[in-house]
Amino acid sequence: MVEFSGIKEIIKPGNLVYKKTNIMTENSLSYCPGCGHGTAHRILAEIIGEEGLQSETIGVSPVGCSVFMYNYLDIDWQEAAHGRAPAVATAIKRLLPEKFVFTYQGDGDLAAIGTAETIHACNRGENILIIFINNGIYGMTGGQMAPTTLPGMKSSTSPYGRDVKTMGFPLKITDIVASLPGSYYVTRQSVHTAANVKKTKKAIRKSFQYQKLNKGTCLIEIVSNCPSGWKMTPVQSNKWMEENMFPYYPLGDLKTPEE
Amino acid sequence: MAKIRGSIVVNVERCKGCEVCMVTCPTGTIEMAKEVNGKGYNYAFPANPELCIGCANCAMVCPDGVITVYKTKI
Repeated sequence: MVEFSGIKEIIKPGNLVYKKTNIMTENSLSYCPGCGHGTAHRILAEIIGEEGLQSETIGVSPVGCSVFMYNYLDIDWQEAAHGRAPAVATAIKRLLPEKFVFTYQGDGDLAAIGTAETIHACNRGENILIIFINNGIYGMTGGQMAPTTLPGMKSSTSPYGRDVKTMGFPLKITDIVASLPGSYYVTRQSVHTAANVKKTKKAIRKSFQYQKLNKGTCLIEIVSNCPSGWKMTPVQSNKWMEENMFPYYPLGDLKTPEE
Repeated sequence: MAKIRGSIVVNVERCKGCEVCMVTCPTGTIEMAKEVNGKGYNYAFPANPELCIGCANCAMVCPDGVITVYKTKI
């Protein structure tokens, strides 16, 4: 108990190192335990708070697990139809060019139903930030196969594993976007360890700075886990992601601005 | 040499017991409780509070942002 009284002395406002940012609302997140969405939301909120952009930022929320994202970040929001977030964000940015506009989409939203909107928005070089959460599965609807599902990966609609002969190869949409002239900064990150969280945060901060300079589309892919869809514990799913997802979706910058 | 001591406060009712913080903690401070919170999850708590160095790794990876970190020099 001597130790415990020492601990109480440490817990003082002056010694605070890390606290959940005020941009996050008090609503409890609807995500499964261990889901990367929560971490991604929080670091995005931290950047908005640290850069002082709470009243300047407009988010476009997708359809998918993160459909209720407007309940969790205390900024302006617009809900888009499934996959159409980049088109909606284009309109918002063109009408309100001084605002910071971002979309937050999963792989079903961005890489399946919204492929056309994504590619054309990036090809036009709209000054928006697209945050793409890739967990290789349709998490919200029960773990069906997505375009980003890995070869041989089991899902509820590919119970024997994804057979590339009949089901095709995983779509690396981030690589496609990086090859388009309109995109300015394209990177692939993850949020499963503290080091990766810091790198992702840095990438989001850079993207907000580029948007201030009207440079072009920034796309940040966050390779994430889906413990429920993959039928694993959160810790197992993070390990599985490191062993299987990262060889196919290697982390790092795909397109960096020439400076 | 000044010793760095840290401490964490877990918002027990919001914790979903995903164990990601327990795995990422470099000193083994955090463990999962045997009891459950109101949602039925075995929540994280600082089982070995004297080991905490206030690195905030746990708070950074926590998907639900339930951990608050304090640090001081003794």
